[in-house]
Amino acid sequence: MELLSGGEMLIRALQDEGVEYVFGYPGGAALHIYDAIFKQQAVQHILVRHEQAATHMADGYARATGRPGVALVTSGPGATNAITGIATAFMDSVPMIVISGQVQNDLIGTDSFQETDMVGISRPVVKHSFMVKSAAEIPEVMKKAFYIATSGRPGPVVVDVPKDTTDPALRCEYQYPASVRLRSYNPASRGHSGQIRKAVDLLLGAQRPVIYAGGGVIQGDASEALTALARQLGYPVTNTLMGLGCYPATDRQFLGMLGMHGTYQANMAMHHSDLILAVGARFDDRVTNDPTKFCPDAKIIHIDVDPATISKIIPVEIPIVGPAASVLHDMGAVVRERLEADAGAVNREALARWWTQLDEWRERHGLDHDQRHRVGPGEPIKPQIVIQSLYRATRGEAYVTSDVGQHQMFAAQYYHFDKPRRWINSGGLGTMGFGLPAAMGVKIAFPEAVVACVTGEGSIQMNIQELSTCSQYALPVKIINLNNQALGMVRQWQDMQYGGRHSQSTYQDSLPDFVRLAEAYGHVGIRVTELDDLEDAMAEVFSDRNRERLVFLDVCVDQDEHVYPMWVKGGSMRDMFLSKTEQT
Amino acid sequence: MRRIISVLLENEAGALSRVVGLFAQRNYNIETLTVAPTEDATLSRLTVTTVGDDRRIEQITKHLNKLIEVVKVVDLTEGEHIERELMLVKIKAVGAQRAEIKRTADIFRGQIVDATEASYTVQVVGTSMKLDAFIRAIGELSILEVVRSGVSGLSRGEKVVSL
Repeated sequence: MELLSGGEMLIRALQDEGVEYVFGYPGGAALHIYDAIFKQQAVQHILVRHEQAATHMADGYARATGRPGVALVTSGPGATNAITGIATAFMDSVPMIVISGQVQNDLIGTDSFQETDMVGISRPVVKHSFMVKSAAEIPEVMKKAFYIATSGRPGPVVVDVPKDTTDPALRCEYQYPASVRLRSYNPASRGHSGQIRKAVDLLLGAQRPVIYAGGGVIQGDASEALTALARQLGYPVTNTLMGLGCYPATDRQFLGMLGMHGTYQANMAMHHSDLILAVGARFDDRVTNDPTKFCPDAKIIHIDVDPATISKIIPVEIPIVGPAASVLHDMGAVVRERLEADAGAVNREALARWWTQLDEWRERHGLDHDQRHRVGPGEPIKPQIVIQSLYRATRGEAYVTSDVGQHQMFAAQYYHFDKPRRWINSGGLGTMGFGLPAAMGVKIAFPEAVVACVTGEGSIQMNIQELSTCSQYALPVKIINLNNQALGMVRQWQDMQYGGRHSQSTYQDSLPDFVRLAEAYGHVGIRVTELDDLEDAMAEVFSDRNRERLVFLDVCVDQDEHVYPMWVKGGSMRDMFLSKTEQT
Repeated sequence: MRRIISVLLENEAGALSRVVGLFAQRNYNIETLTVAPTEDATLSRLTVTTVGDDRRIEQITKHLNKLIEVVKVVDLTEGEHIERELMLVKIKAVGAQRAEIKRTADIFRGQIVDATEASYTVQVVGTSMKLDAFIRAIGELSILEVVRSGVSGLSRGEKVVSL
C-alpha cells in the first residue's frame, strides 16, 4: 500500500471521488495541502480573490452539474469568509465539501494566529462537519463527507483539517474506502408504497388539482418523472423560485412561478385548488404568505426526502418521505395502472372546468411582455425588457445565474426555463454577490455553454473582484447588469411600505463606470442607455466575436419600476398587487 | 405540554454541541438536559425536557433525527415512563429548624448527606414535581443552595431505547 502524507491523502481522496476542480485560496494552515495540489495534475485548483466566491463557485458548479462542489480555504479569516457561501448552499440543499485548514492541534484553543472554531462557527449552516484528529483517518472522513453531502437531502459538509495532520513528514497507508455505512444516518431510498397508493387515490379524485414543484425536483434529478406524471394526469404545474426549469416553462400546463412575485394564475390556482401535490418544495414563507390563510380548500400530498420538511409550516394529509425521482416514478406506475383499468378514473369533466378557469386567470397573468412596444422615446428602459431581450438572444438555452433583488425576480419571471439546472440563484439565503462566482462555476463545468449572470449594480459589487479570476482562467461569462442606480428591491419596499422614504438605498453618484472597470480587468464593457440600442448591444454580447470574452453589459434601467405581481403582506395567496394601482 | 425526549447519540466530540445548538437555533426551549455515556461506550444517552404542542415536539424529534450523530430519538412522554431527578439542597439549619428539616426530609424520603452546625445538605430523588414540592415545603428563605441533575427517564415495561 502507498504511503501518503495527510495533505496528499486529501487531494488523492478528491481524485478518487472524481473531483475535477477545487475552488480556493491558500494560507498558512492550508499550505501543506496546497503543496500536495502542486504535485499533481488531476485536480485543478481555481484561485479566487475572496473565499466567499470560492464557495459560490463550488455551489454554481454543483447546481449546474449535480455533482458536489469543492472549496478549499485556510483557517481563521479564510474559514469565516467561506461562511456566507456555506450558508447559501445549506439553505438551497446544494452538495458541497468545504475543506478548511486549521491551526495545528496543540495550538487549538490558545487564540493562536488565524485560529477560529470553524466547526463551531459553521455548525448551524452545515449538514455535517468533521474535525480531522489524525492523518490516518483522512480517507474515511473524506468518504463520509462526500456520502453525507450528496445523499438524502444534499448539503454542505465542512472538513476542518489541523495543520499537523497534513504534515508531509508524517506518512500513512492510503486506501480509499469503497463504501461507508453510518448507523445513525440512513436516508430513505424509496417512498412507502401504501402512502403512494393513498396519494394516487386522492390525486385521481381531485377536481381542482395543482402540482407545486420545487428545488428538490431539480436536486433529486426528478424533472423527467415529474413531467411524465403531470402529462399523464393533465394537471397544471407551478414551480417555486428554486424549482424553475424542473417543468418546461413554455408548456401549456405550466402556470409560472408561484409566491410573493409569482404569476396571478399560479397563485390563484393554488388558493382555489382542492388538491396540492407538493414535490421537493418546502412551503417557504415567500410562497405561502400567511400560513393560516393558505389554500383553504386544499388537501395536500407532500413528497420530500427530508421528513422534517413535511408538516413544518402547513399540515399535510399524505406525507411521502423519499427521493422525488423514485416516488414520482412509482406514483406514475400506479396512475398508469388505474387509468388502464378505468379510463374514467380522472374526473375529465371537472378538470376541463378547472382548465377553463385557469385559462381565464392566465389572461390576466400579471406579467407584461409587451412593455417594449409602449416605451416612448427618451423614456428609461424597463428592466423586464432587458430579460426578454436576453431570452431571445440566447434562445432560452443559456445557463442563467442571478444575484438577489428585483433583477432576480425579473429574470425568474421573464426568462422561461425549459430545462432543469439552467436557473441558478440563491433562493433560500438570498445572497447578494452570488451571481458572478456562481456563473464562473457553471462556465468551468460547461466551457461550451452560454452562461449569463443577471445582476444589479448593488449585487455585482459584492463580489466584483472575481472579474480578476475570470481573466486568469479565461472565463467568458456574460454579465447583464440591470443598473437602476439604487437597491431596487429595498427601494420598492420603501415605496410600498415606508411612504417612499429611500433610506440608504442609493449611492449618490458614487457608482463606478462599469465599462471602464470591466476593461481594467481585461474584459469587454458595453453600456446601454437607450432602448433602441438594446437589441444590438445584446447581440454584441453573444456575438461570435465575443465568444471568448467576458462581456459586461451595463444597462441603465428605470429606477421607479417595481416587481409585480407582489403579494399583499399578511394575506392569502390570492391577495396580490398586480401593478402600482391594481390589487386583486 | 412538558415532554421528556430521550436521545441516543454517538459518543463523539461535538455531538452534544449539535444537539444544544439545534435547540438554540430553532428557538426550542430546554428545561433540563442530562447526558452521559451508556453501557455501550460508543453511545451517549441524552435526556432533554422541553415544552411544546404536538407540532413543535414533532419538529423537535424530526430535527434531532436529522443530526448525523443522533442514532435514535424517543419521546418518553408518549407512553408510560419512569422519570427521576436528583437534587442536593443546602439548608440553613439551626435550633428547632434542625428537627423540622429532618422530618420534612423523611417525608420526602430524602437523606441528609452532609451536616454542619448551621446547615444540612439534603439529597432528594424523584420526579421534578416532587423536588419542587420539597423546595416549597422547606421554604425558600432557609435554602442556601440548590443543584438539580435534570431529568433522566426510561419507558415502563419491556420497551427499550436501543440501536
